[in-house]
Amino acid sequence: MTLGVRIGVAVASVVAAALVVPLGAVAWRADGWDGLRPSDWGALRFTLGQAMVSAALSVLLAVPVARALARRRFAGRGAVILLLGAPFILPVIVAVLGLVAVFGRSGPVNTLLTAVGLEPVSIYGAHGVVLAHVFFNMPLATRLIVQGWQAIPGERLRLAASLGFTTRDTFRLLEWPMLRAVVPGVFLVIFLICTTSFAVALALGGGPNATTVELAIYEAFRFDFDLGRAAMLGALQLILGATAAVLSLRLALPSGFGAGQDRVVPRWDSQGWAVRMQDSVAIGLACAFLLLPVAIVLGDGIGHVTTLPAAVWWGALRSLVIAVAAALLTTSLALAMAIAATRPHGGWIEVAGTLSVAASPLVLGTGLFLLVLPVANPVVLALPVTLFVNVVLGLPFALRALIPAMRDLIRDYDRLSASLNLSGWAWLRLVGLPRLRRPLGFAAGLTAALAAGDLGVIALFASPDQATLPLVLYQLMGSYRMDEAKAAALLLIALSLGVFWLFERGSRDA
Amino acid sequence: MSSPHPVRPMERDMKTTLIPALILTASAASAEPLTIYAPDYFGSEWGPGPAIKTAFEAHCACEIEYVTGDLLPRLRLEGERTRADVMIGLNTDDAERARQTGLFADHGVDTRDLTMPIEWTDTTFVPFNWGQTAFMYDTARVETPPTSFAALLEAPDDLRIVIQDPRTSVSGLALALWMYAVFGEETEDAWAKLAPKITTVTRGWSESYGMFTEGEADMVLSYVTSEAYHIIAEEDLTKKAAIFDEGHYVMVETAAKLAGSDQPDLAQSFLDFVLTEAFQSIIPEGNWSMPAKLPADQLPEGFALLGKPEKAIIYPAPEAEALRETVVAAFEAGLAR
Amino acid sequence: MLELRALRVDLGAFHVSADLSLTTGGITAIMGASGSGKSTILSAIAGFVPPSAGQIRIDGADVTALAPGARPLSVLFQDNNLFPHLTVAQNVGLGLDPGLRLTPQHREARDVVLTRVGLDGMGDRLPRDLSGGQQSRVALARALLRRRPWLLLDEPFSALGPALRQDMLALLRETTRDEGLSVLMVTHDPGDARSIADSVCMLADGVLAPPAETQELFANPTEVLRSYLG
Repeated sequence: MTLGVRIGVAVASVVAAALVVPLGAVAWRADGWDGLRPSDWGALRFTLGQAMVSAALSVLLAVPVARALARRRFAGRGAVILLLGAPFILPVIVAVLGLVAVFGRSGPVNTLLTAVGLEPVSIYGAHGVVLAHVFFNMPLATRLIVQGWQAIPGERLRLAASLGFTTRDTFRLLEWPMLRAVVPGVFLVIFLICTTSFAVALALGGGPNATTVELAIYEAFRFDFDLGRAAMLGALQLILGATAAVLSLRLALPSGFGAGQDRVVPRWDSQGWAVRMQDSVAIGLACAFLLLPVAIVLGDGIGHVTTLPAAVWWGALRSLVIAVAAALLTTSLALAMAIAATRPHGGWIEVAGTLSVAASPLVLGTGLFLLVLPVANPVVLALPVTLFVNVVLGLPFALRALIPAMRDLIRDYDRLSASLNLSGWAWLRLVGLPRLRRPLGFAAGLTAALAAGDLGVIALFASPDQATLPLVLYQLMGSYRMDEAKAAALLLIALSLGVFWLFERGSRDA
Repeated sequence: MSSPHPVRPMERDMKTTLIPALILTASAASAEPLTIYAPDYFGSEWGPGPAIKTAFEAHCACEIEYVTGDLLPRLRLEGERTRADVMIGLNTDDAERARQTGLFADHGVDTRDLTMPIEWTDTTFVPFNWGQTAFMYDTARVETPPTSFAALLEAPDDLRIVIQDPRTSVSGLALALWMYAVFGEETEDAWAKLAPKITTVTRGWSESYGMFTEGEADMVLSYVTSEAYHIIAEEDLTKKAAIFDEGHYVMVETAAKLAGSDQPDLAQSFLDFVLTEAFQSIIPEGNWSMPAKLPADQLPEGFALLGKPEKAIIYPAPEAEALRETVVAAFEAGLAR
Repeated sequence: MLELRALRVDLGAFHVSADLSLTTGGITAIMGASGSGKSTILSAIAGFVPPSAGQIRIDGADVTALAPGARPLSVLFQDNNLFPHLTVAQNVGLGLDPGLRLTPQHREARDVVLTRVGLDGMGDRLPRDLSGGQQSRVALARALLRRRPWLLLDEPFSALGPALRQDMLALLRETTRDEGLSVLMVTHDPGDARSIADSVCMLADGVLAPPAETQELFANPTEVLRSYLG
């Protein structure tokens, strides 16, 4: 294991450096330091505010859905859980298309509202940003909270039943304490994800009042070319992330989201029709909210898939290669880091791993560009750099899945392994990989999906014949070709969900 | 959607370059290719880039390699180290900043007899196409389009407009300059009047235009020539540009040669190629824009149907640069009210 | 010979000490109330808890600083003795080679031992398909295969019913005697100690007493044993 620990520490150091060095490169290259503008502080306030509201709403809405999923058994439950996870791995451009189709002014929601004589709602502005963030992150919250529910031991529910607990008693004495332990961690993870929001705020923000820090970084870079300001904003974002990550070490973070979802805890307190009704409504509404936008994009795109030009398919192939490579690399690195993080004094590794949630992809990409420039043609390295950034950005999720599972593994079997002199590669082959197969599969699937949908730094580096599918999708939109763009969006959804499903399923059936 | 694009050289390219592209290399060339930095839309399969590449390579026995992305930030990151020989697609409103990098050489191209509504005296940047900023509308949703900017401001607030952010997009910046040219000191008030009608401000043109065609907006900030796309490629006559009495802001896209190019002769011959008919005739349907030097009778038929603004507004590059902070501030303050 | 020289183990405010030696061969039981530190002292000998003072010597060699897997002993824990994802044969095979690269001779030896503990033909099963008693046999089989001179057991059969536990203890006694293994087992059950242990070390008030011959001890119980038996 000591070799594993050493590799893990080395990887964690590289990751930490990967977050700081590009930032330094950008700062070093800056021409002047004009400091932050008043509008930047406005952006910081807006970022924190919307992240707070988005995280709170995601968690609040996830609780009834998670409870319903945890205590109901019905046909297709597994499929519902898989599909409910879809928005989280959906490429932002595609999701925005879908959200606009549903909540836009000619979408079903507003048609319905107008039909019954109500004011139509607008999807743009601060509430549009929050809506989109809830759409993305509520599935994650649901998934994590379902696990909390399933962690309530069956014996306790049996005891509760034998004591004649009502639904309310069960909630007060068993479920509420669980929620109090789980929810702060879930909130924090989602809060962090929302602080780096960029594309959502761009498309739905509605104007200069809804500017996030990441958007301010984008402006500083691409329009003002104020590298000093960009670096400062990037550092600000990182500090925000570091604070949250250190806080998160103190909180009971939800254990790995790769753990099993398929167990239904038998319940004796929730058989009444009112409770059943409540659960059905919760699941039904969640499905409508989360699946309708995806379904509309799929429906719109289906007609043009067969006539898509070759460039789209090549783009899809390139995205697939990046996705699979990112998945394999991220899980290997995360495994090494998890080994080191669960050893004494490994806390900083977890912090470094979580921190990259808050890293600005734009600062990261530009910094790497500057670092690569003196030694090689950045265009040649476009795909590797894209891969690298995706690996760094995927690590926090992979670590979240792996570290708790690794802790359990060490708690249960470390003594046995040590007493049998089982270590190094033999340990990895005979114990580590088989025991961590599910969280590894989940982490690989998630990273692959996120990488497949990432527009990211490829736009900074690429030459046209290196375009990934999201970039091609963007190009189509930029050439008046909305129909083909929608077909490409369908392809992108299929790719993202497909790689996720394959990795996750594969790890279960293996 | 039918394909308006005549040439698809990418399909050939793909076969030969995909595998190396996946492994690391951009594109393999026998001799040193002419490296052209271009915006993403320009170099993509659906932009004018591939056809221009084919046309140029036909008579130069050389190879063009496009590198796409953000032109100016990239160039400034690279500085003297840049591998670019030519940069194409830079807008006049950004030209001054580009000039200040000191990385460009004079173009040496004869820019008299252009078919543009403005004088051209710039010796660094050669114009290759131009367009006038305009609000597109759907005749099914807007029956009586505003005929002036002032009328647009007075339109009822349930008119839904999408625009682009002047801080992130060239068309958005053009709008901000346009409004300043029309309203002067009252620009901030004008923004405040426009604000209730603005559904959303997007980062770039693509998102805005997508929302418009999806029916999310009644009007969208775009170009007079957008109409040509709908007429020619979709045979749709319901998408029109609203023509304003005050005139329309002109956006000119340019090409320029890098002083540090290691193939100055080839770069120069490309610049000379820009204003030739072979290049210019690709522009109308390749970039859905007005060629900088092509007689009106050589334009595709559909272009005759386009609205003709009476007046062309443009700030010369140095002036546009000087005004930039002012007009962006007016946008921010006007919308924040 | 297993020697604990002025050994002291601290776990927070709690500590256990021992200064004694156990002769090779036979079965020694460590007996004491729950929470008295029996498992702690066993963990120290096995190498999972570093002692704060003293030495552990086995057959004259100081093993205090050795890793658990390098010590001349095998351990059976209260639970988690088997990897649930590995088959019976693989779990046992780990005793021969931690990388599971088994030679034909290895495989033969493994099958002989499996037969010896009554698990003939069950090599391909997973632990979850076995009863509790059978799982204990797999762990015992592996310990026998490892051929380390000492076998440490931490109440390994406590989850089994009385009849099964007697069977297992009998099997343990028989197989370890045949293989010439010395056994040190932790138990809280005087019955177990009386039925198979040759000698008993009582643990009380943080001090592990030197071994006493079982028959003699129970015939003339010490103060400590009397209060333990109640």
